[in-house]
Amino acid sequence: MISARHVTVRAGQRTLLDAVSLDMVPGKVLAVIGPNGAGKSTLLGALAGTLRPASGQVNVDGRALGDWRPVALARRRAVVGQSASLAFPMDAAEVVGLGRLPWHGTPGAARDHAAVAAALSATQATHLAGQAYATLSGGERQRVQIARALAQLDGADQPAALLLDEPTASLDVRHVASLLRLVRRLAQGGLAVLVVLHDLNEAAFVADRVAILVEGRLVASGLPRDVLDPVSVAQIYGIEFRKLADGSLLPRFSDVCVW
Amino acid sequence: MSASLTLSTTRRARRLAVVPLGALALAGAMLAGILFGPAHVSLAGLLATLADALGLAPLPAEFARDAAVLGVVRLPRVLMAAIVGAGLGVAGAAMQGLFRNPLADPGLIGVSAGAGLAAVVAIVLGGSLFGAAAGLLGLWLLPLAAFVGGLAATLLMARLGSVGGVTSVATLLLAGVAVNALAGALTGMMIFMADDRQVRDITFWTLGSLAGSRWAQVPVVAVLVGLPTLALCALARPLNALMLGEAEAFHLGTRVEAVKRLAVVLAAIAVAAGVAFTGLIGFLGLVVPHLVRLGFGSDHRLVLPGAALLGGALLVLADLAARSLAAPAELPVGVVTALLGAPFFLWLLRRRGGTR
Repeated sequence: MISARHVTVRAGQRTLLDAVSLDMVPGKVLAVIGPNGAGKSTLLGALAGTLRPASGQVNVDGRALGDWRPVALARRRAVVGQSASLAFPMDAAEVVGLGRLPWHGTPGAARDHAAVAAALSATQATHLAGQAYATLSGGERQRVQIARALAQLDGADQPAALLLDEPTASLDVRHVASLLRLVRRLAQGGLAVLVVLHDLNEAAFVADRVAILVEGRLVASGLPRDVLDPVSVAQIYGIEFRKLADGSLLPRFSDVCVW
Repeated sequence: MSASLTLSTTRRARRLAVVPLGALALAGAMLAGILFGPAHVSLAGLLATLADALGLAPLPAEFARDAAVLGVVRLPRVLMAAIVGAGLGVAGAAMQGLFRNPLADPGLIGVSAGAGLAAVVAIVLGGSLFGAAAGLLGLWLLPLAAFVGGLAATLLMARLGSVGGVTSVATLLLAGVAVNALAGALTGMMIFMADDRQVRDITFWTLGSLAGSRWAQVPVVAVLVGLPTLALCALARPLNALMLGEAEAFHLGTRVEAVKRLAVVLAAIAVAAGVAFTGLIGFLGLVVPHLVRLGFGSDHRLVLPGAALLGGALLVLADLAARSLAAPAELPVGVVTALLGAPFFLWLLRRRGGTR
């Protein structure tokens, strides 16, 4: 539903994103991976409409991103950024309630309360509702922010898109596992999901398709088992990987020199 | 439904009380401001005066003095304080929300410094610079200059703070600091050129006072402060979205650039039109929004109207204190608001330091 065609983003003389094309498909998880500075967050920004491409085009439902009214777009795609801090104290339910802002003045506003409750329940954050957001742990905040995004998309009459920027960063292993399973479940529910990840095994677990960015260019895109082989990822990251019996990739830390 | 969600919902319902409570506080403060002062007016005197004004009953002779005090001095003064205070409160709340900074106040957007500089220029050079026009404008020259100066400084700052059509809040803040410093330097130069009487006028203007309130000013301020105040209250939802950050606000469907520009201009009008008649009144715009947030949470749908109502109430009370404490002389009202506001500001800093 969101598609990028030859999207190039520049900042001054630097090319952050170089003619990248990809598609987000309802019901599917697309994982974007790549080394630091590869342009993953830039790609997410271009797809979300926060960054304007120097050339190329981003379409939502075949319509150019720039032709969408921001509020209409907000009812179809939600974004969870890397770390959202609040300017002033709010409780978790209020933060999730912010997701209902684009529905103000529409018939969908009747669902505000139900949407917040459903989103909190989907992320198993209902018990956090009355707590101050600032007092939550990193994992709890992540769940509340995803709940906010789900509340935002509640009531969309056509397939909606969810973009997640490194949602597993700063989560412990168990929280990573629950978050990835939640992402899978959301895709099964019909959302088109794009998730930026650092960990190859997380990508292999969660994604229907994997896209690899290196220095702003899309160097590989396809099924996880085709894209994530030890030889090509070793080239990309400059570190050897060993393939374990269950198919997961283990980096060999000891071979790499210290900065 | 879980207890936690119910807790959040009932808390929200209780917080809605900010509007009736704020209205009650404003009405109470205004009543106190009308009745008390160096010359006390009785409630019977107030009612008799109102009945006379509405043509319901002729004024009994024993209330003639009350009616004079009310009609000439008290009523316009209390109304001005309520409106100007509301403008300062709501503008402070909007700027804190926009800058995502609890220590922001309307002074940050250059409006006070610009109004102050223009007022000082009008006091010192008014006669020689505008000549016949100054005579024609009379008492309106100073407020007009201050209003125009406040708006001009804000527009200059907004211009300096935006690069390629995108307003960076950090650049805006720094531009505000620079514009404030520049206006301060030029004000200092004016004071250097001024004679003793002008220096005294300047000092009193920069400390603020409602003593000059006249009926003729009330409708002007009601429109120029009242309309932006209502318009700022209508920006509550976009300001709520901005609590998450600018990119996040856009993702939630907010036209961030338009909201930024609108909020800055509306706050500048509300503050400039108020201080044009009263002189500079510090700390109210900084403190009032925090008082509302402490009691009723951070939702701008409640903070903005709450800050308007409480700002009005507090300025009415500060003015009552200003004219009562040293009667028959008057303290500048800016002294009273700063005396109360500065310790609160320090407490806020300490408290933030403790939680971070």
